[in-house]
This record gives sequence, structure tokens and C-alpha cells, in this order.
Amino acid sequence: MANDNEIIDNIANKEYEFGFVTDIEMDVAPAGLNEDTIRYISAKKNEPDWLLDWRLKGLQAFGKQKLPEWQNFKLPKIDFQKISYYAAPKSKKKYDSLDQVDPELLATFAKLGIPLNEQKALAGVAVDVVFDSVSVATTYKEKLKELGIIFCSFGEAVREHPELVKKYVGSVVPHSDNLFAALNAAAFSDGSFVYIPKGVRCPMELSTYFRINTENTGQFERTLIIADEGSYVSYLEGCTAPMRDENQLHAAVVELIALENAEIKYSTVQNWYPGDKDGKGGIYNFVTKRGICKGANAKISWTQVETGSAITWKYPSVILQGDNSTGEFYSVAVTRNKQIADTGTKMYHIGKNTRSRIISKGISAGQGQNSYRGLVQIGPKADAARNFTQCDSLLIGDQCGAHTFPYIESKNNTATVEHEATTSKIGEDQIFYLNQRGIDSEKAVALIINGYAREVLNQLPMEFAVEAQKLLSITLEGSVG
Amino acid sequence: MLIIKNLHAEVEGKQILKGLNLTVNAGEVHAIMGPNGAGKSSLASVLAGKENYEVTEGEVIFEGKNLLEMSPEVRAREGVFLAFQYPIEIPGVSNINFLKTALSEIRAYKNLPPLDAKGFLQLSKEKQKLVEFDAKLVNRSLNEGFSGGEKKRNEIFQLAMLEPSLSILDETDSGLDIDALRIVSKGVNKLRSEKNAFIIITHYQRLLEYIVPDFVHVLYNGRIVKSGTKELALELEEKGYDWLKEQEPSESAATV
Repeated sequence: MANDNEIIDNIANKEYEFGFVTDIEMDVAPAGLNEDTIRYISAKKNEPDWLLDWRLKGLQAFGKQKLPEWQNFKLPKIDFQKISYYAAPKSKKKYDSLDQVDPELLATFAKLGIPLNEQKALAGVAVDVVFDSVSVATTYKEKLKELGIIFCSFGEAVREHPELVKKYVGSVVPHSDNLFAALNAAAFSDGSFVYIPKGVRCPMELSTYFRINTENTGQFERTLIIADEGSYVSYLEGCTAPMRDENQLHAAVVELIALENAEIKYSTVQNWYPGDKDGKGGIYNFVTKRGICKGANAKISWTQVETGSAITWKYPSVILQGDNSTGEFYSVAVTRNKQIADTGTKMYHIGKNTRSRIISKGISAGQGQNSYRGLVQIGPKADAARNFTQCDSLLIGDQCGAHTFPYIESKNNTATVEHEATTSKIGEDQIFYLNQRGIDSEKAVALIINGYAREVLNQLPMEFAVEAQKLLSITLEGSVG
Repeated sequence: MLIIKNLHAEVEGKQILKGLNLTVNAGEVHAIMGPNGAGKSSLASVLAGKENYEVTEGEVIFEGKNLLEMSPEVRAREGVFLAFQYPIEIPGVSNINFLKTALSEIRAYKNLPPLDAKGFLQLSKEKQKLVEFDAKLVNRSLNEGFSGGEKKRNEIFQLAMLEPSLSILDETDSGLDIDALRIVSKGVNKLRSEKNAFIIITHYQRLLEYIVPDFVHVLYNGRIVKSGTKELALELEEKGYDWLKEQEPSESAATV
């Protein structure tokens, strides 16, 4: 039987399965971030003046912001002037059907196992594919349209529904929120927009696959989801990226707005290139995700499975403004090789009887470093607010690290805040037990990991849960024997 | 089925088995008794291929193949099953999914396709009934929060599901109350056949009242010092182990 070290070495040496480069003609902006770049991007997209002005405000804020220093890892130097801020496939025309889409692009998705075809459509998933920066295919649009649901690229929303975009963009994550949010406000490329009208329950999972494809191109999507009163939507975000030698910066912003009695469920599976086993290359994933329960009884639920990126740095948060509103955060974060994850959530209890639930499962292997960082803030008016936090860490091997930074601030003495935390190791005994039932070590580790993450995986929509389970297994498998 | 010749093994540099001989044929039930620290559980661990147990001398032939060259999972697929003295808890992994994975692996090794969902469910129901296993425990996480008795009964349920040719029960009776002991024994008796064999490791004669062995061996200081039939167990119960401690390993142990 392979000993623990061999298993870990194998895991550490596992190559990234989705590393390949698609050769499609690209339209790339010259590197550098300044007013000219912003004007170039805005002009490329034929944007209205108000949006250009907003971008320029973002640029100003970016100039005033400093890189944060509180994180539990060494932030690599990022030269923002060396990054190109716009890339789009050169093909100019819009596609009416998938037949018109570049076959090589479709082949890329096939390699990733993304069935962007009838199968997916039959499964009830409308897919808005963001290939680098511009949406190239949208399915199921008509059916959603009948219900008054808007699901389109951010750029299209700016053209077709400017009043909604203008009203809500930056309302949850302001252009000056933090350095990376400011960067995104200034240079955001494209992204998704969702609006669910009053009382409408979106009948299918809305799904977007993002993919970074051009060397040296930061990708700055912006997602805005608005659930009007009494509506419901479940949104899926899944990501893979090809292998690269140079670090790529990814600074997305996601804003969720749930009005009275509305519910938004946002699920992410993130599997960007984590760098090689020495930590070379890999994506920097610095994302600002925040939702607001604006009205009473609103609910926002974040679920994330994070297996990729060299550095993952994000805290999907919920502002619980409406009375009786609920915020949830379910997370599995895996780090191996030299990967770093500093992730968690913030729950701001403002309204009365607001509830939040945080389940975080960190898995560290190789020399990976995994930090949970969370803030539960109970405001003075949040009578009878409740929070439950459970924060578990699983270690594989003896060179990785797990860290927990829970912050609790309560300004209301009627609040109940609970925090539980555990740290465990995958035991040789567990692996041997499964070996003795005919299961090899590789599958044994996968079983144990999936068992450990079950509580979070169960939150994902069925189809996604299966993919996520596979991803966890693939991520941590080595050719153990 | 199983031939152990002159087996020497050590763990962390300490010699535990010192020339053990044992032959087990299909259809037989062998009981291995002996005082604490004699090497009973070590024998089980060595046969299952547990890491840290190093075989320094001797051989183990299982159905004509060198067992010691196989990884633990291959031994399991070949048909060696160990009912653990302390079954391990694996949180979040459902008992039934775990068994499905295990059975599929074993079947794949024998070039058999995995059972379909219906077939598997049927098999599971049938075996639950056979060994009187609580249906509620089937869908729970593997051994998590199980009582000692439930864990042991789960081992027997797994045994029933995986249908190994050689089953080693490592102190399965320890920690069982009399009712659980009876149910576990009944299960084992139902699973006994001309094609399979059992090695039952136990401290007490009590279990052997329920599972009547064909042979009883006394393991002491890393060797089998006396072998006999079920009456030997009664004798041991009466006299204890001290009277055997001075004896040389019996030559007959390998050939009974």
C-alpha cells in the first residue's frame, strides 16, 4: 500500500486536466490602465455616456485605493499597467444558433465536458456562455422572455434595459468599495444580467460558464441579478481556464438584489488553473460578491465549490436589511500544491429577526494554505437576530495549513450567535478500511472528501452537484496505487 | 484456500509473529484464541495487508497466489474480508453508497459489470434480512454515530454483501451484548458454505457456542502452540492459557 506521503506526492503532482489553448482570432486592447483604455473599452461596446462616466469614477477610485494588507498570504506584486483590459473574439456577428458558432470554440467546450447543446437545453438549463469577454451564445431566451425574465449579457442589458442597470449597478458593491471592485467598475468587460419580475419563479437553473482564454488578459466580469418582489431564481456559475505560465488576474464583481419575499440562490463551481506544482502560473481570483436582502422575508444563499486558482480571495456576503430576511453561505474550498485560499463570508444583520447560516469546509493538501475568514455583524436594530457558523478544516498530509479567522460583532443583546469549528485529518485508518473493502486509495480519498463536503454539495442543484462531486474527486486524485 | 507457512512479522521493529503455520480449507471455520498480546489481531492485520506490518519471513498462499505481494484492495477483491475489531467511522459517506462502490470494485476485478440500481437494492434487502440488519442504518453515514454493537453488525452486513471466500472476524464478539452476539452469530452461520471459510479471532469461548468451529488454535507468543477441535476451547475456558505457555509450537497446527 502506498503510504501517506506517496498519496500526497501523487496528488501534488497531478496535472491540471483542462489546460489547453483555443486558437481563435482575438481582438485585444493594448496593455495598460488609464482613461484612454477605459474610453476604448466603452467605445468598443457603444456604451451610453452615463456608463462611461461611472467607469471613469471607478478609475478614479482605483487610483486612490491601496492594496489590502490584512490577508493571510503574501500578495504577489501585480503590475496593472501590463495587463490588457479588453479581449473579444474577432467574429463580429451575433449568432442565432449554435451552428454558426466557431467549431473550435464548441470543441473547447466539448473538451471541458460542457454540453452546450440540445442535451443541456433538454435538461432545462439555459446557458449564457461568456468566452473571454463577449457573450457568444444564449439559449432558452425566448421561453424566459415569455415570463418576463431577462437573462442576457451585461452589455445587452445596458442597451436594452438601461433603466434597470442604471438603478442597481454599484448599489451593492459601490465603484469605490475596494481596489479590485474599483478596477472592475472601471474596466469590466462583460458579464451577466438577470431580472426576475414580481411573483415569477424562474422555472430553470440559469447557468453561465466563464472561461479566460487570451494570454495576459485580465477578465473582469460583472454580474447583476435582481429578484423582484416574491420571485425566485437559482443561478449557476462554473469556471475552467486553460493552462498559462503567467499569472492572470480575475477580479469579478457580483451583485445580488433580493426584494421583499424574493429568493436568490447563487452557486459557483470554480476550477481555474491553479498553477503548476511549484506554484508557477495560475489565476489570481480576487472577487467581490455581495447580495442584499432589501425587503422583508428575502433570502440569499451562496454556495461555492472552489478547487482552482493559485489564489482565491473572496467573501460572498449578505446584507440582511429586510426584517426576517435570511442569508446563507455554504463553501468547500480545496487547496493543494502551493494554492492559497482566503475565503469566507460576511453577514450583516440589520433588520429584525434576521438569520444567517454559514457552513464552511476547507480541504488542504500538499502545501496548500486554506483560511476561513468570516464576519458576523449584528446591528443595534437587529432584534432577535440569529447566526450559526460551522467551520471545518480537513488536512491531507503534514505540509499544508488551515486557518480560521471568525469575527463576531454584536451591538444587540437579543442576538444569538453560534460558532463551531473542527479540524481533522484523513486518517490512514479510514483509507485502510476502504482498501479492505476493495476500494483503492485514490477512490477512498475521493469518497472521504465527498463525504466531508456532503453538507455543502447537497445545497447545489442536482446536476451541478454531480459535476462538483466529480471535480472534487479529480482535483484530489493522484495515480495512487 | 489459505496456507500460512513459517510467518514472521514485525511492527515498528518489534517482532509479533514468530513462525506461524496455519492451513484453512474451503468450508472450514477456524477459531484462533489466545491471551492478550499473543499476536491474534496482528495476524488479521498482516493477512489484510495493513501498513506498518512488515513480513520478515515465511509465506502466505491464498488460492494458489502469493497474498503478501498484493495491495490491501487487491486482497479484498481476491476475496479476503476482515471484520474489524474497531470499525472506522467515515462521516458523510452513506453506508449504502460505500457498499455499492466496494461491490462494483470487486465485480470489476472479476470482469463483471456493476449491478444496476434495482439489482443492488434487491441484493441489499435480501442480505439485510439474512443478517437481521436494521434498514435505518443502511442509509446512515458509514459507522458514524453507530453504537459498538451496530458497528459490528454492520461488518457482518458488509460481509454478507461482498461474499468473500475467506472472512477474518477480529474479536467481533467484543463489546456485544448477548442479543447482538446471537444475531451476529446467526448471520455468520447462515453465510457459512462449502465454498467459503472463516477465521474467528476471539478471547472467549462464548462466541464458539454460537459459531461452532471445526478447529481451534491457541496463539501464543507469535506462534500457534496448540490446535484441536471445539473441545479445546472448553478446556481453555476451564484452565486458562497458562498451562499452554510452556509448550512448543505444535507441528500439527499446519496440517490439521
